[in-house]
Amino acid sequence: MNEIWAGLQAAFWLVARLDPDLVEITLRSLQVSVTALIIASAIALPFGTWLAIRRFRYRRATIAVLNALMGLPPVVVGLIVYLLLSRSGPFGVMGLLFTPTAMIMAQVIIITPLIASITHQAMRELWAEYHDLLISLNTSNRQRIGTLIFDGRRALLTAALAGFGRAIGEVGAIMIVGGNIDHATRVLTTAIALETGKGDFALALGLGFVLIALAMIVNFAIHVLSRTEREGRW
Amino acid sequence: MMRLFILCALLWSSVARAETMKMAVTTSFHNSGLADILLPEIQGDIGLEVQLLVVGTGQALRLGEAGDVDAILVHSKAAEDAFVAAGYGTHRREIMYNDFVFVGPSDDPAAIVGADTAAAALAQIADAQTDFVSRGDDSGTHKKELSLWGAAGFDAATLGAWYKEVGAGMGASLNTASSLNAYIIADRASWLNFGNKRDLALLFAGDPVLFNQYAYLPVNPEKHPHVKTDAVAALETWLTGDVANALIDGYQIEGETLFVFNAK
Repeated sequence: MNEIWAGLQAAFWLVARLDPDLVEITLRSLQVSVTALIIASAIALPFGTWLAIRRFRYRRATIAVLNALMGLPPVVVGLIVYLLLSRSGPFGVMGLLFTPTAMIMAQVIIITPLIASITHQAMRELWAEYHDLLISLNTSNRQRIGTLIFDGRRALLTAALAGFGRAIGEVGAIMIVGGNIDHATRVLTTAIALETGKGDFALALGLGFVLIALAMIVNFAIHVLSRTEREGRW
Repeated sequence: MMRLFILCALLWSSVARAETMKMAVTTSFHNSGLADILLPEIQGDIGLEVQLLVVGTGQALRLGEAGDVDAILVHSKAAEDAFVAAGYGTHRREIMYNDFVFVGPSDDPAAIVGADTAAAALAQIADAQTDFVSRGDDSGTHKKELSLWGAAGFDAATLGAWYKEVGAGMGASLNTASSLNAYIIADRASWLNFGNKRDLALLFAGDPVLFNQYAYLPVNPEKHPHVKTDAVAALETWLTGDVANALIDGYQIEGETLFVFNAK
């Protein structure tokens, strides 16, 4: 109990002093996870919507695989990305291992199935509503996907935020592909793992509270910016 | 949407970096806190940003073999010699040493305080069947521990349930030992810098076999042409120079010297 209290105090002082290391790793956490989120959303939102409106032979299998991939273990993704990017691996010449780019790649792989799956669920309902209208207007597939994404943007926001939550709190994959290098690839979660290893629980917990606060602030900020849950708007 | 893009652009607008190189070091070197003293000095003196990958000696050597780092700083002589002999490293340069210590519950149920040798201390722990935490991660400390078990006439793989392999770094293993109130072998620097000692105490040290030499090994540019040879050589010159000597010998925690510089 004392340690939790000490952790709260540590978190308070870290934030109150605007500790430069804390600011740096917090910004890097955001940089990696927000970039991963944007790339993953660019893939997953159209793909999930397309899955909802198209009928093809292996559709059920694709959806089942997608749902299964939601539970993709981050350490395994990390290990595979590591082996691909290692200098002795197939993409070694690019020299990307232990850079933020490698961390983003791993996170994109982890959160894309999650966002696509939630998107598909939400879009299936919406498609049932819009089906007759969009068919009768003789729209192209591209137009249908565009309409559904635009009108379903609130549900898609939830999908994206779920992806962001998984990305920002993830440690297994980015520890392996990023290497937790100070001033280069250290982010909040890997810093917490490091401080725990040093036996400095107060600082580790302090960073943990900062991470939780950050996740909540980002969620809140996105809700405010996109004006959800306002009166008179859906 | 536009606002999101602007946010991202802001996040990515970081400044250009100075020259960098990557070095794999052991967790014991990093957990000792010495890295935090040396790295800023290196950056100030020779304008080189050394990016540390903190892993066990076994993994550090593998990173060097794969060419994912430019140099490594580890402590397991046999494995280092094999690394150089196989052509992965150009040479091995000794930098500094410290020693391994036996840490355990302060009431010392196996009574290793009076032991004559490290092997005898381990034999007493095995007789008493008290909990013992092993790194179990193929690190330099783990290799040393295994060789000590061998010297004591035991095979670590056949020890009972009291022998707990945690497969983690030095600090994480110390945390486990601290929670279980178990014996553990640690390097002196990590032990002194460890923040969660609880009921653990330093019980045995001083056997010459516990000597712990750290060495610097540049990765061979013939195998991996992308290695930053100039930066690696500059760092070696710095690490074996007078500034490093003064900093390493002068680094103390609670009045105790942690490392002794011995580069030639």
